[in-house]
Amino acid sequence: MTIEVKNLVKRFGNFAALDGVDLKVNDGELLALLGPSGSGKTTLLRIIAGLDWPDSGEVAFNGEDALAQGARERHVGFVFQHYALFRHMSVFENVAFGLRVQPRAVRKDEATIRARVKELLDLVQLDWLADRYPSQLSGGQRQRIALARALAIEPRILLLDEPFGALDAKVRKELRKWLRSLHHEINVTSIFVTHDQEEALEVANRVVVMDKGRIEQIGSPDDVYETPATAFVHGFIGESIELPVQVEGGVIRLGDRPLRLAADGLAPGASKLFVRRHDMLVGPPGSGAFEGAVQHVRNFGPVQRAEVALSGGETIEIDAPRDRELRAGDTIGLEPRRYRIFAGA
Amino acid sequence: MGLTLTWLSVIILIPLAGLFLKSLELSPEQFWNILSSRRTLNALRVSFGLAFAAACVNLVMGSIIVWALVRYRFPGRRLFDAIVDVPFALPTAVAGVALTSLFAEKGWLGAPLAALGIKVAFTPLGIFVAMIFIGIPFVVRTVQPVLQDLDVEIEEAAGSLGASRWQTIVRVILPSLAPALLTGLALAFARAVGEYGSVIFIAGNLPNVSEIAPLLIVIRLSEFRYADATAIAVIMLVVSFVIIFAVNRLQRWAQNRIPVH
Repeated sequence: MTIEVKNLVKRFGNFAALDGVDLKVNDGELLALLGPSGSGKTTLLRIIAGLDWPDSGEVAFNGEDALAQGARERHVGFVFQHYALFRHMSVFENVAFGLRVQPRAVRKDEATIRARVKELLDLVQLDWLADRYPSQLSGGQRQRIALARALAIEPRILLLDEPFGALDAKVRKELRKWLRSLHHEINVTSIFVTHDQEEALEVANRVVVMDKGRIEQIGSPDDVYETPATAFVHGFIGESIELPVQVEGGVIRLGDRPLRLAADGLAPGASKLFVRRHDMLVGPPGSGAFEGAVQHVRNFGPVQRAEVALSGGETIEIDAPRDRELRAGDTIGLEPRRYRIFAGA
Repeated sequence: MGLTLTWLSVIILIPLAGLFLKSLELSPEQFWNILSSRRTLNALRVSFGLAFAAACVNLVMGSIIVWALVRYRFPGRRLFDAIVDVPFALPTAVAGVALTSLFAEKGWLGAPLAALGIKVAFTPLGIFVAMIFIGIPFVVRTVQPVLQDLDVEIEEAAGSLGASRWQTIVRVILPSLAPALLTGLALAFARAVGEYGSVIFIAGNLPNVSEIAPLLIVIRLSEFRYADATAIAVIMLVVSFVIIFAVNRLQRWAQNRIPVH
């Protein structure tokens, strides 16, 4: 099932939750919608599910207008951040719900329903919990049951809204891997919303980065990390150093200090220079594009994180390998291995 | 602990024990005769029957009111929310007089109803109306917080799984509210059984027809037949206790299916 979204606009009062969004999701793909809160990613997901309606724009499933149908007819599996399990039903009945409410004409008989639920509980590896109630489960188990429940109706599309957002870090990591292998197994077109870049980059085939109701970049996890399309994407994904610079006459300046960096092809004016923390190479004073004084140093496993006051006024954090110990008070030169400059303040 | 027990004893247990002791002044035969007299049986039937019917009406109407108050935003919502408490706060005699004048044959509501051939004031129907009036806040106030806690996501989940609106209400919402609904029913019922002030004004108080059990107790007391009065009181107590106990069991059963977090 492909999903096509065209020029979607949704306002809540004066706030534009979606401000002209175009998106095409390929059949069988696992797509991440990544963005800070308020970026419109959840609104987009809810509109695709039929739980919300756009002010204007189109949503099509396999070329068919989906907005003509309600949530009930769309055959979309939806997984909520807070599980939304039915408290008064056992795990088994929760999963069976979608099968039991089918119109009488197509409803399966009890034996078939039981077999199907059993199959789904096996798939999420929780068959031994069938008779428990949701309140007796851990968060991770609840979310897996919620997923099994959504899959029971054999959805054409699977939508997950911050599925691991309410879980602790360890469980979240486990479930990420599990979700990816599950998707590999069932291969249904899936979209999940997250504000956690690591989650998006690790799980998805493609990542859609959103901000303020607009799509900033669509690409593979490598694309969005290695070649961010906009200043927002560079700042949002990965640990970036962000420096306000001035481009004029072929020279890049930080404050009043010219930097020894090539300015070929850059538009003159106020710009932003981005460098990944681990792309700042430390050298002796006088070497490299920047110079600065180490303020203080903390060790994080394989790297040392140093706060450096640059001559030019800004203070940055860099991650350097520990082969050369840095100490507070050192003056060092810094050379960006890779950097990108985006026009605009 | 000690304080709780002492207080409960002084306030509830000792008066109840006194009630039972007083009724022991009667021989079992006398006791039976009082109970099985036509007037007593009819009074009990009127009290319990109408109270139960009124509680059921309150259960349905109260649920609808709660739904509107919790789920919709409309002008005057807070005012309506406050109005629900009026039957709590109003002195029951005032409520009785107000209802009586409203439903009397010349009253605002009584006149059009009389034109339809329906007489409310001074009939069992009047008792029923008064009992509905005083019972409604109990249902609304017990169900309201539970419904507020019920996530809209639950309904969205049911809808996206293919449930119709009706299936969502019957299979998801009502079962989640069941314990609260039962509590509301029990409280409204208990209040209606014991209601005296508002009912006696509108009832007409015709023996065997529109005479409630609490009124019969008062009549016996005013005739200095204290033992008779306590006998009726004891039987009311026992019946009420059995009903409350049954509802309690039902409630616990419903709650066990929804283990608390």
